[in-house]
Amino acid sequence: MDKNIKILAIESSCDETAASVVEDGVNVLSNVIYSQIDIHTEYGGVVPEIASRAHMEKINPVVDKSIKDAGICPDDLDAVAVTFGPGLVGSLLVGVSFAKAYAYALGLPLIGVNHISGHICANYIEHPGLKPPYGCLVVSGGHTHLVRVADYGVYEVIGRTMDDAAGEAFDKVARAIGLGYPGGPKIQKAAQSGNPSAIDFPRGKIEGSPYDFSFSGLKSAVLNYLNGLNMKGQEYNRADVAASFQACVVEMLVSRARLAIREFGFKDFAIAGGVSSNSAFRSAMEDMCKEEGVAFYKPSPVLCTDNAAMIGAAAYHEYIKGNFSGLDLNAVPGLKLA
Amino acid sequence: MKILAIDSSGLTASCAVLSDGIITAEYTTDYAKTHSQTLLPMIDEIVRMTELDLKELDAVAVAQGPGSFTGLRIGAATAKGLCMAINKPVIPVPTVDGLAYNLAGCGDIICPLMNARRSETYTGIYEFKNGEMNIIKPQCVLPLSAIIGEINDIGRPAVFLGDGVEEFLSAIKETAKVPFNIAPPHLKRQRAGSVAALGERLFSRGETVDATDFAPVYLRLSQAEREKLEKERALQDSGSKPKGAVS
Repeated sequence: MDKNIKILAIESSCDETAASVVEDGVNVLSNVIYSQIDIHTEYGGVVPEIASRAHMEKINPVVDKSIKDAGICPDDLDAVAVTFGPGLVGSLLVGVSFAKAYAYALGLPLIGVNHISGHICANYIEHPGLKPPYGCLVVSGGHTHLVRVADYGVYEVIGRTMDDAAGEAFDKVARAIGLGYPGGPKIQKAAQSGNPSAIDFPRGKIEGSPYDFSFSGLKSAVLNYLNGLNMKGQEYNRADVAASFQACVVEMLVSRARLAIREFGFKDFAIAGGVSSNSAFRSAMEDMCKEEGVAFYKPSPVLCTDNAAMIGAAAYHEYIKGNFSGLDLNAVPGLKLA
Repeated sequence: MKILAIDSSGLTASCAVLSDGIITAEYTTDYAKTHSQTLLPMIDEIVRMTELDLKELDAVAVAQGPGSFTGLRIGAATAKGLCMAINKPVIPVPTVDGLAYNLAGCGDIICPLMNARRSETYTGIYEFKNGEMNIIKPQCVLPLSAIIGEINDIGRPAVFLGDGVEEFLSAIKETAKVPFNIAPPHLKRQRAGSVAALGERLFSRGETVDATDFAPVYLRLSQAEREKLEKERALQDSGSKPKGAVS
């Protein structure tokens, strides 16, 4: 293709209102993220109705800034992309309704993007050399997926969580040890001064499905541990609990990735999603991939958490294939990856 | 003068084009399909049918609320996206005012009753005088008994309309002390044609906002905010009366 393809991408699936202009799926011309975290912190987690209302207030300024930051005008755009699931339905609907109307009024094609596919495609932005097929572990507040990327935008889910997502477990344990919301960054910080082998929490396994995850048992084990000490009138060491819990989650994630690498013969392996900004997880994955002789890819932390640049990267490959969405595109809160 | 009007605040999805004083197209559906899937294809249909160039629009009028939170967001985000693209303002039309405007010219007082759940109604009281709509009671959320009480106090014949009418009918019959009618089917629920016509009036008075600043009017807090407020109030109350204080 001789012309550079510029896509405006919009993401509003949870508590970040984000917009980005991405050229050819790799050049991020702008990446604007408005995080609602301060609004939700006082409620101890994301409140869907409040999130939907906040998206409504921020969608225009965020999109406007993404176009200005990119140094382009709307007429330079080739398509508009938007996350249509999975996520919170009220939040998704703001982005989807806005994007559809904006694309329609500008006469541009519309591309609905799966949020998890976006996380995976975040890797292409900084690693244009990464090409399917490869393996990917997507770990975030709402998702834990072990995936074989067969082609651009074509996925086979090898394993998934049977209960809580890994990020959810971080949030719940953080609340239990008084660290508050959001759990991921707070546990990582507390864990730095703790002993990861102080407490031997159980590594949850699913009988008969070696690639699937379960984190609810681990969460219960942490709560039981805290209650046990509490009954005896003993104090717990917060740093040790954080470090031991984190080490347990990381080991559960890394062990399944290792198994998948051996079984599927991946030459390349990537991580994606909010939890993949966790430094313990990043370095453990890097070490494992080195041991297995596999090339390892990870997005920069800013591209791990929810953002719209990743949606633009994913949309580019749909644009090339001519996969466009109709004006009846709807938000699909439980959208599956494959 | 061209206005595109949208109302997705309730069970109906509706859009209309007002062009130099004439509704050149109006498309209303009231069917079990999500507005997210129907609204923009409906707009596209009337835009193509009337060969409208969106850039010719002077503004987009939209039922701002109250109504279904989800429905309001679909309409509002659609209006915000359209207006940002064509760089034109939004005309916020209060939903209940727009609904009352269905009965423009009516000699009785007009009382829309939208189903607001939790045994309440989004309502208001209106009359027409010299061709202008006069707002007797601005749109609000109330228990049915409260609004019927106000209508009884006014003591004039009334017309009820809105998607709450069916549910409230027996209660109205029991409590209304004035003669009343129910609006006929074609005028009973939200219509974008009315939003467009009232929107034009508002536009001529300069009552428009930039797409960026436009937001729905929910008339209600989210559940989480409501509970938090109640908790704070309870704390304040207990704080003003110290435990063990002797009165």
